[in-house]
Amino acid sequence: MAGQSTYVPATGLSRWLDQRLPILRLMHDTMTTFPTPRNLNVWYTFGGILTFCLGVQIVSGIVLAMHYVPNAGLAFSSVEGGIMREVNYGWLIRYIHSNGASMFFLAVYIHMFRGLYYGSYKAPREIIWILGVLLYLLMMATAFFGYVLPWGQMSFWGATVITSLFSAFDQLIPHLGTTITTWLWGDFAVGDATLNRFFSLHYLLPFAIAAVVGLHIWALHVPGNNNPLGIDVKGPQDTVPFHPYYTAKDAFYLSLFVILFAGFVFFAPNFFGNPDNYTQANPLVTPTEIVPEWYLLPFYAMLRAIPQKLIGVLVLFGALLTLLFIPWLDTSKVRSCRFRPLMKQCFWVLALDCVLLGYVGSQTTDAALNLGSMQLPLVWLARLGTAYYFAFFWVIMPVVGWIEKPKALPESIAKPVLATTGERT
Amino acid sequence: MKLALPIYALALGLSLGTAAAAADNGAALPPKDVSWPSNGPFGTYDRGTLQRGFQVYKEVCSACHNMNLVAFHDLAAPGGPGFTEAQAKAIAAGYKMPAEPNDKGDIFDEKGNRLTRPGILADHFPPAFPNEEAARMANGGALPPDLSLIIKARQGGPNYVYSLLTGFGQKPPHGFAVQEGKYYNPYFAGRNISMPPPLMRGSVSFADGTPSTVANEATAVVTYLAWASEPNLEERHRVGFEVMAFLILLAGLLFLSYRQIWKDEH
Repeated sequence: MAGQSTYVPATGLSRWLDQRLPILRLMHDTMTTFPTPRNLNVWYTFGGILTFCLGVQIVSGIVLAMHYVPNAGLAFSSVEGGIMREVNYGWLIRYIHSNGASMFFLAVYIHMFRGLYYGSYKAPREIIWILGVLLYLLMMATAFFGYVLPWGQMSFWGATVITSLFSAFDQLIPHLGTTITTWLWGDFAVGDATLNRFFSLHYLLPFAIAAVVGLHIWALHVPGNNNPLGIDVKGPQDTVPFHPYYTAKDAFYLSLFVILFAGFVFFAPNFFGNPDNYTQANPLVTPTEIVPEWYLLPFYAMLRAIPQKLIGVLVLFGALLTLLFIPWLDTSKVRSCRFRPLMKQCFWVLALDCVLLGYVGSQTTDAALNLGSMQLPLVWLARLGTAYYFAFFWVIMPVVGWIEKPKALPESIAKPVLATTGERT
Repeated sequence: MKLALPIYALALGLSLGTAAAAADNGAALPPKDVSWPSNGPFGTYDRGTLQRGFQVYKEVCSACHNMNLVAFHDLAAPGGPGFTEAQAKAIAAGYKMPAEPNDKGDIFDEKGNRLTRPGILADHFPPAFPNEEAARMANGGALPPDLSLIIKARQGGPNYVYSLLTGFGQKPPHGFAVQEGKYYNPYFAGRNISMPPPLMRGSVSFADGTPSTVANEATAVVTYLAWASEPNLEERHRVGFEVMAFLILLAGLLFLSYRQIWKDEH
């Protein structure tokens, strides 16, 4: 679908440049004339929104780094005393950056579930999906490192809990896990050395993310966008040029997203935060509850659902690595869930399952639901939720692909056939 | 196998700990629901309340609690208690700050006393005690927390601190053991708090004639502490309103362009 370039340099200078560095041609072909399915809906605007989020985080983060001091004795006051009080508009930049992380994850979750629903991971887009999973993992690592930097109580204890996960590997090979943990810390406990390397990595990884975003978009421009019908583009009647059609649509939905973003920054800047992180890190005082940021809660619930530490850690990593195999786990020829009645239901159960796991992850380990006379311990809900998560990808995806009878697919994007009968095409 | 920090022990042990405390009737009451003028998207701090709150902090809380992130010049900054620069200077000069080394390089005089100098606007509030050990020594082993961020550092924020300050003097339920040297406060986790009741009727005498009831004192000092935790709240609300107005206008225009561009394609 990338097709032949239609770029014609208009001036002598652009002709000169085009023969040496065809960057204007690249921009013209990928951002102007690029043929894009005409039926992309609102959920397809989140790719652009995510690029915006990355830009906001990098720009605000670079400014914060000018004022931040990566030292265990000074970090907290450089943030809470310096940036939040002394630096001009430091409070604004800091709240943009901290809420920006949450908005970034909100957007990436919508983007990922959109990809799952419309089968955007299927041939020929497997590599786009895998690069996306890599981006998600890089984002989680970056967010984790960043959360440690203000050196509040939750920063410190979150870092301690997450890095201590690796000590579970002691159960496989004696001392292996402890060695990894000590190596990660750069010390025998989370401390100044840990903070310094986390700062360094927190500054580095966003540029790695930007590079993988480049690959992700490059790979996208080979087959072009999938679309809500999940059928291939048959010809020019199925597409519109990216500009002005999708630039205008993306810009409008981006502005709505920014309104939501600004709502949090200006009117509820600590909505996603934890009060404990406004107390300076203290290795001698453990907070009553160690809770990660909301975007990690489903995985935290899975970890705590397993009573054996090593298996819990393996389940946690397994849940993430599973995402890499999705392109080959789904056996259906049909991409979009619009034409997959059974898969559609399983998809929505998965979405609810992730919300449920997130809720359980936010509660105490001994919490229980009161169901009239019966008490349902949340840990059992977490176990059920974890089981469904894995079953969805490793059992339901392959099996439903074989047994499901998809609805009739439309002939083309331009002439959608609104067939509701279950006839196979 | 010895783990540095077994996460399950952390997670499970701690939650068992809270369960045990609950069985002792030590679970804290939910904080009182107070309506603060700083709540809501247009919320601001009341200048008079802030100044009274500063008085309560200075005359009562600062005997034990630090406020090391707040500088004297903040007292005269926009959005704050609204002291003039001259007033802030006078307040600063009333504090004795640990002095820098003198021309002999000494920070102690011949008698071994710490040299001091009057505070200036650039100084932060001096600590109540020379160090943590001295603070614990004077407070039955407990460390009075720094108050710079206390409103943001507690679940429930201003409501929690207000409830705590006004929650003393209640009779413990039958069978509840108040530990020696501690005080009963149902809003505090575990209900045994090391802080003695800090506010009494008449603890301070307000210059503006506001009756010095415990409720008035608590309202004032919580407002002051809320400002100390979030000194840019008023500016944030004002800029936020302008940003929102701009964004909604922008979104409207972008919507119209979007519809215009797509009108022949849908």
